[in-house]
Amino acid sequence: MNAPRQPGPPMWLLAEVTYRCPLHCVFCYNPVDFASHEHELSTDDWLRVLREGRELGAVQCGFSGGEPLLRDDLEILVGEARRLGYYTNLITSGVGLTEARLDAFKAAGLDHIQLSFQDSTREINDFLSHTRTFDLKQKVARMIRERGWPMVMNVVIHRLNIGQIGRIIEMADELGAEYLELANAQYYSWALLNREQLMPSREQLRAAEAITDEWKAKLADRMRILFVVPDYHEGKPKKCMNGWGNVFLTVTPDGTALPCHTARMLPGLSFPNVGDSSLRDIWYDSPGFNRYRGTGWMKQPCRDCEHKEEDLGGCRCQAYLLAGDAEAADPVCPKSPKHERVLDALAAAERPGAAQRPLIFRDPQESRRRCAEGA
Amino acid sequence: MNDGTPRLGHGFRFQWEPAQDCHVLLYPEGMIKLNRSAGEILARCDGTRSVRGIVAELEQTFATAGLAGEVESFIAIAVEKRWLRLEQETR
Repeated sequence: MNAPRQPGPPMWLLAEVTYRCPLHCVFCYNPVDFASHEHELSTDDWLRVLREGRELGAVQCGFSGGEPLLRDDLEILVGEARRLGYYTNLITSGVGLTEARLDAFKAAGLDHIQLSFQDSTREINDFLSHTRTFDLKQKVARMIRERGWPMVMNVVIHRLNIGQIGRIIEMADELGAEYLELANAQYYSWALLNREQLMPSREQLRAAEAITDEWKAKLADRMRILFVVPDYHEGKPKKCMNGWGNVFLTVTPDGTALPCHTARMLPGLSFPNVGDSSLRDIWYDSPGFNRYRGTGWMKQPCRDCEHKEEDLGGCRCQAYLLAGDAEAADPVCPKSPKHERVLDALAAAERPGAAQRPLIFRDPQESRRRCAEGA
Repeated sequence: MNDGTPRLGHGFRFQWEPAQDCHVLLYPEGMIKLNRSAGEILARCDGTRSVRGIVAELEQTFATAGLAGEVESFIAIAVEKRWLRLEQETR
């Protein structure tokens, strides 16, 4: 009864090759305690992980981090991934991307680069990512396009840049973007620490969507734009990761295998390391990957909900963070007994001048400090 | 469209996937699983054959006739979805 069906193969292998990063983004989804996981897999470890993932049936391989370019063996990993038949995706801030490295990635067969931008105006960009990287990104975008890769851009949207969304889209067009994802910050990890400062008001969000729609119509022949609304405002839970252990297999820098990049925070679950088990055993047989597959684990109100197959109860990490219970309904759902916690956060975003506290930047020292406090 | 030469759209890759037991189209961050006939058509959209040539080849391979309509409408949809680019013959 409600036993999880045997899952299909993972579509994605997400290789988070390092937590090191030259940026200090306030909405980073890396764990707040990332500095306590400094060990990184060796080149040979990663090559084995890539082979096992491909044998398991994964077709998309994402290299992310941190900033994956900080691994100087990245060209080797990309080349092997491409040779194995993956569609290879590099998810980067562009910092450290030189002409020489781009040529090496091209030779290695890299299929796609997703370039992230923090914002379109230099001052805010530098402020939010805490380094002077904006000019470099403009240059990098040009170098990527010149080598014939599709120009795919991602911009994280939040209270501090949402007012400039039109300018952001215009800039993406100037840079030749064929695909632009305007992803509102979701409140996990560092973004949760900064939620008050980052959450837009309803009016800000409405105005931004309207402006985005105008641009969508204007640029329909050359750019696809995806606007991702924050869960809190959406008013209904998402089918997180398209189902727990269903599509994505993430391997963190130290080799821990996770069904999503934030799942390590969930209490009472242990996730296997690629040094101890094969990816096949991890995907099909580990307790961690089986824990929230299907619907058998659900309690009320999810268990009898007509939408349980559509949303699978929402996000387990959000349930844990907001309701203190990873088995609870995702509190963004109006049926959740803890939904008022989401409503309170939304109400706070309506108060002018709500965001007076200083932003907390993602930074190894800050991370270590928080670990030491036993957060 | 018959004289046009279809080739894969920018950023798309076409390959056989044993784990899916079908041909697939891969693109940035996604995958489309193809049925048998879509797979047979796309396998021939490599920029060397015209639509007319693809129809002829498929009819010969499968010892049948009258595939033009099906092939043309699939290619039209694939072009609209940007899976394919159709280059017109120039002389």
